[in-house]
Amino acid sequence: MDGSGEAPIVAATVDYDGMPDSRVVGRHGMFPHTTHDDVARINFLAQLNRHLAMNVAPFVKTAWEKRAEPAARAKAGRPAKDRHEVRKALLEDPMFTTWSALRRLTMEQRQQAGRWIAVREAETLAAKAEVLTRGDSRLSLDPALKIPRYVSAVDHHCMPGSYHTELFPGDVSAGANYDVGGFITTGGLLGRWSDGGGRAIVEWVKREKPNWAPKRILDIGATLGQNVLPIAAAFPDAEVIALDVGAPMLRYGLARAKALGIDNVRFVQADASSLPEFQDGSFDWIQTTMFLHELSLTSMNAIFAESHRLLKPGGLVLHVEQPQYTPDMPLYEQAMRDWDAFYNNEPFWSTLHEIDLDARFVEAGFDRPKLIHDKVSADARDIFPAAADDTVEDFGRKAAWRLVGAER
Amino acid sequence: MSIALALDEAGRKPAGKRPYFLDREVERVLAITMAAVQELAVARERIDTLERLLEAKGILARGEIESFAPSPEQAVERGQWTQEYLARVLRIVQQEGEAIAAADKGDLYSEEVAAELTADARG
Repeated sequence: MDGSGEAPIVAATVDYDGMPDSRVVGRHGMFPHTTHDDVARINFLAQLNRHLAMNVAPFVKTAWEKRAEPAARAKAGRPAKDRHEVRKALLEDPMFTTWSALRRLTMEQRQQAGRWIAVREAETLAAKAEVLTRGDSRLSLDPALKIPRYVSAVDHHCMPGSYHTELFPGDVSAGANYDVGGFITTGGLLGRWSDGGGRAIVEWVKREKPNWAPKRILDIGATLGQNVLPIAAAFPDAEVIALDVGAPMLRYGLARAKALGIDNVRFVQADASSLPEFQDGSFDWIQTTMFLHELSLTSMNAIFAESHRLLKPGGLVLHVEQPQYTPDMPLYEQAMRDWDAFYNNEPFWSTLHEIDLDARFVEAGFDRPKLIHDKVSADARDIFPAAADDTVEDFGRKAAWRLVGAER
Repeated sequence: MSIALALDEAGRKPAGKRPYFLDREVERVLAITMAAVQELAVARERIDTLERLLEAKGILARGEIESFAPSPEQAVERGQWTQEYLARVLRIVQQEGEAIAAADKGDLYSEEVAAELTADARG
């Protein structure tokens, strides 16, 4: 690097399969100012996460196979019968507890690193957002909105204050923290604009429904709108509504969308379990991306029912999620995927991935033959050329997900 | 700039009780150590930038750093700094070592001395 401020995007000439410098992340007009040390901290924590996934987690598997599983089997007189027994047996093994302690503190350090940037810059960012969103009808906030218990009880993925807390009126630091620190957990695998989930679903829709021209699209749990912007860009004539309960996310989200030149998204603060402001059959497409696991059973059922009510006949509801725990998934893998549920403040994660989602769709009014199951993935080679060759099992780190949904 | 706010807020505890996987004391020290490890990487990256900028501006060639050998006087200054640094970092080990001999000489807790002094006062 020569100090020109542009990080090289293509990997260096030496053999290197790691992640790029985090400066490859796109810097739009709302992106917080970062110092050299801030960026170095993000680089380090991203590498630490990857190291734990690729160099330490495999030892956890070895420890399970050679040590913890035989010990648990001898003690119980039978193999583990479910993922919870596997997790409890793993908690007795020092490799699992060491990996877990490191993973937990890495999550906490990620939040601290991101908040150090976002809170330090909070007033500047709030002023920028104010200039970009003042008087714009595409931002609808509801200060009276009751924050659901599933958001307020524990802060998801150890993010202090979660999506909704404002440090002062007009604060956007929660959104800025989410944006600036995202690279630490994704390592660039979601692409320059952290929009891999959105690009993945657009690619699926263009392939599976080549002539479809949805006119009205609802994205629920949009956070910054990072995954809905590719949808809005792919369907520029559509009216797109990005819904979230967190005002800082929405404020930041509209400002970010405008800075990126995407004009057809409205950012609305609401709880999607009840949306009386929208008419029956008023949407062609309802989308969520990595959202269902942050709900509760009651709210998820309500959102499924609202989705059924809000969709036009022929409309699609599509959820991008991590895979369900099916009987063919080894119990060890289930237990490792469950880590976030127990140790990274994702309390609904475990239940969501074991329930019969198809049955929930049917209960909400959808026809079983019209349910959708597929895989989707995003290509991050624009900033991370080596990612495509990365074959190590990562329990959720990669830009590859399951698609569950239904046609109305 | 809200440095004071950031100092309070950046490391705030998220809602939800924290799980511990190791002995609480061990996990606390591990977390502190990994924060120090992080800051070493941050300082290392800054030095790397500095070297590259100096090279780009023609002030030095990076090879000069690799081949640099301190003069005897410089080596003494560095050696003294390293001695001081290690003495600071490992102070508790020094003091625990001194405590072995001190115990034989009747080293007491301040609390024990307080009791003794109080007794003297009454006497």
